[in-house]
Amino acid sequence: MTSTERTDVLVVGSGFGGAIAAYHLAAGGARVVVLERGPWLTGNDFDHDFKLGSSYTRAFDFTVGDGMSVLGGNCVGGGSVVYFAAMPRAPRFVFERHGSIGRRMWPSAVSRDTLEPWYDRVEEAIPVTKQEWSDVSYAGGLWAAACDHAGRTANPLPSAIDNSKCANCNWMMAGCRFDAKRSLLFNYLPGALAHGAEVRPLHEVQHISRTDDGDYRVHYNVVDDEDYRIQAGSGTIDAKIIILAAGAGATPVILQRSEATLGTMPNAVGRYFSGNGERLNTAVLNEDKVREVLGLSRGDGLAYEANQIGKGPTVASWDRLDGSLPEYSRFSLEQLYFPPGLGTILAQVPGATGPSWFGVDKKELLKRWRSWLIIFQMTEDDNEGVFGPPPATGNADRISQQMLGVGRLRYNPTANTLRGWAEADAEVKDILERDGLAEVAAWTNDVVGAYTVHPLASCRVGDDPDTSALDDRNELRGHPGIFVTDGSAVPGALTVNPAMTIAALAERAIPGIVQAAQQRGVNVTYGAPSPDGATSGRQGAARLVPTLLHR
Amino acid sequence: MTPRIRDEDQVRTMTLEAFADTIVPGEKRSPDDRAVAGAAPGGGAVAAGALELLEWDATGLSSGLDEFARLLNGHAQVYATEHELASDESVPPFVALPFEHRTALVQRLTTPGHPEKEFWVSLALFSNMAFDSAAHLHTADALAAGHPGLIAMGIELPDPDGLWRFPAYSYGRPLARLHPDTTPSGSPA
Repeated sequence: MTSTERTDVLVVGSGFGGAIAAYHLAAGGARVVVLERGPWLTGNDFDHDFKLGSSYTRAFDFTVGDGMSVLGGNCVGGGSVVYFAAMPRAPRFVFERHGSIGRRMWPSAVSRDTLEPWYDRVEEAIPVTKQEWSDVSYAGGLWAAACDHAGRTANPLPSAIDNSKCANCNWMMAGCRFDAKRSLLFNYLPGALAHGAEVRPLHEVQHISRTDDGDYRVHYNVVDDEDYRIQAGSGTIDAKIIILAAGAGATPVILQRSEATLGTMPNAVGRYFSGNGERLNTAVLNEDKVREVLGLSRGDGLAYEANQIGKGPTVASWDRLDGSLPEYSRFSLEQLYFPPGLGTILAQVPGATGPSWFGVDKKELLKRWRSWLIIFQMTEDDNEGVFGPPPATGNADRISQQMLGVGRLRYNPTANTLRGWAEADAEVKDILERDGLAEVAAWTNDVVGAYTVHPLASCRVGDDPDTSALDDRNELRGHPGIFVTDGSAVPGALTVNPAMTIAALAERAIPGIVQAAQQRGVNVTYGAPSPDGATSGRQGAARLVPTLLHR
Repeated sequence: MTPRIRDEDQVRTMTLEAFADTIVPGEKRSPDDRAVAGAAPGGGAVAAGALELLEWDATGLSSGLDEFARLLNGHAQVYATEHELASDESVPPFVALPFEHRTALVQRLTTPGHPEKEFWVSLALFSNMAFDSAAHLHTADALAAGHPGLIAMGIELPDPDGLWRFPAYSYGRPLARLHPDTTPSGSPA
């Protein structure tokens, strides 16, 4: 007779939501197993190579939906390995948003003020640092200078990069070869491992059921290391506490598939998805004007021609993060790098009269690639994404051996979302087309729909059971002992890069999860220091812990 | 007498080449090149290796290429009839279309609402990737071999160890006023 594998806490996913939970639960004494669908890559595994099968295609997934495509991490460390490490806190007004539901979307217990100590914990653990102008790439500097020229402000972004190791290679999306990006592979995950947590890569969770003794049973498939279309086995693990952190494109799918065994899911599971209001513009710079109008020079005879150089986004303009403006009119505009492949196909020819995203004129645009400046808009969308019935396995029908799949997300932007995008487009054009600096066009939404690298809100926290799947401490309504701590818990678009807020919300969820584990007989305590032993973040948050231990 | 189209493999190859050439156009490989229309100077998606990429099973498209070619030629026949274009049976129907008509047909097939849009977008995506990222080759090797797409885009060569490093990366000075509501840690207030 085979015995069923058991653990105290089973964590699904190893990105921000999963790694933070795994660390604290393991450090507190619980037995923790983390199942991660992607491979476990480190250091020398991170290639500078666009060839299919390199880390560039192994470490993230591009899931095409109906009206929205989602780019997400697919490796141990999740989004933190492939992201651009921009870590701003969300502006105060974000927490007061009503969005599509006519009342505050966030739980009454969460505001910028009450989240601040949890942000501090994350900032200490990762760590996140303020950037100086000397850290800013040419592309970021160009964006700043253009903003300044147009009477706007611009800020270097706080980031999780060790600049002393950074080579400004712009290969961040393939994972950092130089160990400069402070991904979760350097803080929470080694902390979790040191306390006995097990991380199992290439384990894709499919659904959850109940055991006879009232625990949960997690059903997973093992995925082939090279061709993710191939299943290499399957298994189950029983646990008293389940922490779902598979990403906002996958967590709701696991819950939808579990409805047959766990019973009815809250209405908001797989609804209210937000793409963080994201949209991209490509500007093609006139190099002479960059020199004449902005007075910029690289010192080697070039004014710019530096699209390839840098470390993702380094500068953002926050003038429209003004809480006095009406909802859907607030956004940030961030300089960004997007590598070829996914970063060029959707760029449109400014003022195109023929086809805008392919053809003769598009080829001419590609030939000016060195003079591209990509501007990333993070606006307020309307949480209009809905997931259809789950595919046979995972969250997509995989097409390619890695990376490309077709999911079930439908996203039909409302007038509010479209207005926000139009206002952001107009603002970028006003800044960058001034005095002939550049020609600008938005990325097309007609090819793979809108496009987000920051999926959110598909299983969100809130006070209203009809419009939030989780209570205000991240527990799934009607299914005690299941918690969700990834981006799907964030209620809506944040107008800035969300990793810092996802991580802070996960830190905030831990005291409640520890309490739930204790109530199920797990010998675990709350109160671990930062993974490197620092304690000021813990001190700062201590006063809030009792408020999270209600029942 | 018009030469007959040779065999199915050739039909497929020419049709897919003509499609890839519509996405990223290039110059003809020889004066009698029919698949590549010669609509733009320099190598396009075909010279960049679009067929090699599409034929690789890692893309997930290789097993469907016969069907893609068959469907595309069917659409081209309908299109040619609609527009009363002269037929040319020496080449597959899509290849027979003049470049501007190939372009118009691809626009039609990739427009939101077309029932096969997803397939044609996938084919376009990989045709483009052959040019802009040479996804069938190691990037450093492709650059060293003078890959037409990577070279046209001006992608820099890596260091001898195959890694990119840019020691000069910043204008190095303040270039804008900071937002007045910035916190000490550098976030929006």
